[in-house]
Amino acid sequence: MTEEAKLNRDVAVIGVGQTKFGEHWSQSMREMAVEAGIKAVEDAGISGHDIQMVVGGNMSGGLFTGQEHSSAMLADYLGLNPIPAIRTEAACSSGALAMRVGILAIASGMYDFVAVGGVEKMTDIYGPQATTALSGAMDYETEAYFGATFPGIYALIAQRHMYQYKTTREQLAMVAVKNHDNGFLNPVAQYQKRITVGEVLSSPLVADPLRLLDCSPITDGAATVILAPADVARKYTDAPVYVKATAQASDTLSLFSRRDITTLDATVEAARRAYKQAGLAPKDINLAEVHDCFTIAEICAYEDLGFAKKGEGGKLIQSGQTMLGGKIPINTSGGLKSKGHPVGATGIAQIIEIVKQLRGDAGKRQVNGANTGMTHNVGGSGATAVVHILSRDR
Amino acid sequence: MVKEFAVSFHWRKFKERYMFIGSRCGHCGEHFYPKREICPKCRRTGKMEHVQFSGLGKVYSYTIIRVPPEGFKTYVPYVIAVVEIDEGTKVISQVVDCRPEDVRIGMDVQLCFRKIRSERDSGLILYGFKFKPLK
Repeated sequence: MTEEAKLNRDVAVIGVGQTKFGEHWSQSMREMAVEAGIKAVEDAGISGHDIQMVVGGNMSGGLFTGQEHSSAMLADYLGLNPIPAIRTEAACSSGALAMRVGILAIASGMYDFVAVGGVEKMTDIYGPQATTALSGAMDYETEAYFGATFPGIYALIAQRHMYQYKTTREQLAMVAVKNHDNGFLNPVAQYQKRITVGEVLSSPLVADPLRLLDCSPITDGAATVILAPADVARKYTDAPVYVKATAQASDTLSLFSRRDITTLDATVEAARRAYKQAGLAPKDINLAEVHDCFTIAEICAYEDLGFAKKGEGGKLIQSGQTMLGGKIPINTSGGLKSKGHPVGATGIAQIIEIVKQLRGDAGKRQVNGANTGMTHNVGGSGATAVVHILSRDR
Repeated sequence: MVKEFAVSFHWRKFKERYMFIGSRCGHCGEHFYPKREICPKCRRTGKMEHVQFSGLGKVYSYTIIRVPPEGFKTYVPYVIAVVEIDEGTKVISQVVDCRPEDVRIGMDVQLCFRKIRSERDSGLILYGFKFKPLK
């Protein structure tokens, strides 16, 4: 396997914008995408005329709203025709993939200003239909066919993790509690509400051992960032945030085919590549937004990203070190759990939280002295993992 | 929202789902479910052949589905398990013929042939393998 080379040209984030995450009865997919796009362009202080390409992450516009071809929809309704538009799809990691494609486009030298976004409109269909639509993130023919659901797949990970490493039910609940504590401080979060361990443990079972409050919600939302070559970034912002690494890895589509179902090997590999590209180690990361679609997923992420040893993710959440004020605050935005999880938009929203933290704009959630942050976006049960490292240092 | 599939969508999978047929690489000996044409380890030097699995295995992990996808409402609560089969590979299916709460990691199971669900409009009945406690 040939290792990938470094980026040919450094890339920076010069603008960010997103809708509030939640249940938006009054807004369609395109209207949310336009709101996020306008906010990002205004934040960057550029004009739509400067943008040369748009990349949009969208998992399943077709199943959620009937609308595929969301790339053309974006370019059209953002008023950007005739520039090229690309849709990226990798289930719940579609957003981070858009970021990655945008970075590669600028690093290639072909484009200078690229708008990368993500959008998902999930509440225009009813719950069981949404459950079915999300089933497409796993192996449809061999997992969904037999009645496995997406929460069910993560429940299988949780059950095995608890069996193998003595991870406790309470430790899983602590992830949800921490992320709601953070989301409580985030004005764009879907649930700005604190919860207790007792409330998690008494919420209805969805797929044993996972309960309702272990699961990220069904969410509408859109998020956009504007990328530019690092050399010109300071012309547009006093606080450019530089891309230190963009890494992606793949694993088996189905959970059951994995070497070890409690480890997301794609995350391990994407993180390894990202640390190598950036010349950094886990101890150099000040904060991270990780993919907590279910509470167990955050525990696995701690281990797979190198913040805890294998099997000790439960101990890390219990130690309090991943809370705001801890050694490595995780999901200061509230994470997917509390901020919400509009699947195609999540990867970009993670980037936005890190950019805000590195700019010092995170309000009550601000991590003091935040200099380098990581994002971790997972598709399906771990068939795709995308890791980005962002920094104030070029 | 997920529309009904045409018969061909299910028909082409009959062997795999009805007879529990997968692949074995004649080069490295590894077993795969579902069937694969390319061995991820040996790639072009691999020699993939079809095999029928014994249907014996152990529960590797399990969950009880309480919130079902479309088509499975009448079966709730039902057990979904990762089963490690004797040939060494793993699969996902349901564990039946026992109380959901009696399923444990390490439990010995054997294959059984059951109805999975039916298509809503055409009424096409879909079958496949499930597992039951080894007697």
